[in-house]
Amino acid sequence: MKLVIAIIQPYKLEEVKEELYKVDVNLITVSEVLGHGRQKGVTEVYRGSKETGNLLRKVRLEIAVNDNFLEPTIKAIVKGAKTGETGDGKIFVLDLKECIRIRTEEQGSQAIG
Amino acid sequence: MKLVIAIIQPYKLEEVKEELYKAEINLLTVSEVLGHGRQKGVTEVYRGARETGNLLRKIRLEIAVNDNFLEPTIKAIVKGAKTGETGDGKIFVLDLKECIRIRTEERGSPAIG
Amino acid sequence: MINQADTLFVLLSAAFVMLMTPGLAFFYGGMVRRKNILSVLMQCFVALCLLSLQWILFGYSLSFAPGSGFWGGLSWFGLNGVGTAPYAGYSATIPHEAFMVFQMMFAVITPALIIGAFAERMKFSAFLVFTLLWATFVYDPLCHWVWGEGGWLRNLGVMDFAGGIVVHTSAGVAALVTTIVIGKRKNLEHTPSPHNLPFVVLGTALLWFGWYGFNAGSALAVNGIAVNAFVVTNTAAAAAGLSWALLEWIRNGKPTVFGIVTGSIAGLATVTPASGFVSPISAIIIGIAASIVCFIAVAVTKPRFGYDDSLDAFGVHGVGGILGTLLTGVLASKVINPAGANGLFYGNPKQLLIQLIGVAVAAGYTFLATFAIYKLVDIFFRMRVSEKDELVGLDLTQHRERAYTILE
Repeated sequence: MKLVIAIIQPYKLEEVKEELYKVDVNLITVSEVLGHGRQKGVTEVYRGSKETGNLLRKVRLEIAVNDNFLEPTIKAIVKGAKTGETGDGKIFVLDLKECIRIRTEEQGSQAIG
Repeated sequence: MKLVIAIIQPYKLEEVKEELYKAEINLLTVSEVLGHGRQKGVTEVYRGARETGNLLRKIRLEIAVNDNFLEPTIKAIVKGAKTGETGDGKIFVLDLKECIRIRTEERGSPAIG
Repeated sequence: MINQADTLFVLLSAAFVMLMTPGLAFFYGGMVRRKNILSVLMQCFVALCLLSLQWILFGYSLSFAPGSGFWGGLSWFGLNGVGTAPYAGYSATIPHEAFMVFQMMFAVITPALIIGAFAERMKFSAFLVFTLLWATFVYDPLCHWVWGEGGWLRNLGVMDFAGGIVVHTSAGVAALVTTIVIGKRKNLEHTPSPHNLPFVVLGTALLWFGWYGFNAGSALAVNGIAVNAFVVTNTAAAAAGLSWALLEWIRNGKPTVFGIVTGSIAGLATVTPASGFVSPISAIIIGIAASIVCFIAVAVTKPRFGYDDSLDAFGVHGVGGILGTLLTGVLASKVINPAGANGLFYGNPKQLLIQLIGVAVAAGYTFLATFAIYKLVDIFFRMRVSEKDELVGLDLTQHRERAYTILE
């Protein structure tokens, strides 16, 4: 099992969700985060003077998948989130040791879906 | 590759960011979380009655690094966040199996920086 | 002879102006980082409580009692002799107490305006002492000089209809002094974005609304001057808001919400001293001038000099008040107000000189007195919070409260 963490542009969330549904990945945890990377912040204007913030709003997705779902999940995220411009984001993949469905106390692979 | 997750005091974020920049770590994701640990909450007052909350506002940092950057990252976070008082926070290190840059679809170490 | 319409009008105007202080609280509160919004709301609210009492006990007497040319003295201490009978020195048609309470609201909001300069870093206890001393030793004397019976600037012929000198120049110059002396906020790589722009807009709306009472109410009667003041107030705010947005559009490519509301406030501050003396067309000129000059002060001059006037109390109120007082000397017309004087454009260049003297004296006195009060309070109370308290935020460290919860 793997835990996929993706940091994407907020306005790409809907597209990424759609792509994930197409590959039957339905369980996602979404949060709003601030990201800092190579991309310069959108220039904001403060009463006429321009200010560049360096922390940017991003959306963070957390998706637990069985191993055979890993590549389709990555592809779906890339398909939905890629524009080719700096700031598109990153995908991180971690090993997931265990997964428990709280309602049934099922463990492992079958608890993920 | 490693994924470093750190939970720190909110008011220490600026200092930690500064230390990370000095160590040439520029990619981080920041989110606001509630933490619960040994530290007692700051006493708040509700119309004259004192209340001690035990869920405290914390900042959560996520930083993906190549292995040779792991120690400098940990040192930088400690340097920026440590006061010596309860509540300074924790750093967790996880193995990172894979990292994908969405824009170029590069994978592995070169995708991290 | 008490006129009931006039009395009702002045009481309602007082209520309008009272609402400006909470309005200012939201205007400023939306601009600070979210860890400090309660501290700003609290400072504004406590100013309302503290200075209401100061005014009743001795502030009104110091400002308006017929003392010497330089102060009112204490003959009206505790409102002694200030009752429901009219006092012809100020208005023969409303109870003296109605005039007193209308003026009270001005005495409340003026020190509150300064908050914008030292927001996010002043200790609450020190703020209380500073505000009380500033109201007593800066606002009250200035108020007497310009508006009080026998005040020396009033006798000189200085025209300040609703507070360009007394309110905006004084608060603005005090803002400049305090922001320089207290120093910059810690750990600022760049000016933080306002944490809640909708609050800034809400605050502006309340201020604009209250400003009708501020300016029109200053006529102290239901008459043509009040109506004209109402119209020019609205006109200047509109012209200034629009021109600020246009300036930004041209300079930065986009008009901003923060810009249009800042412009409106600059226009309102600038038209304040002129509102009883100028025509609606002049008000358009005043509004446009307010935007251009305040825009330069905020977006060009401030970054160049590098002082951290957190919420532009000087750049908007101070600069606007000074500009408006001078423009009154240019655009005032006896056709609008026979009791006033003509300005430069109406063949009386001397009025501009008088206005200049008024502004210079008020700014100079405010500068020195504010500096002295700041230093004095700093010795006993330390004005600035500790670095850690500043980083954690004033809401938690000064008041043990926070404005927003997360998750629940």
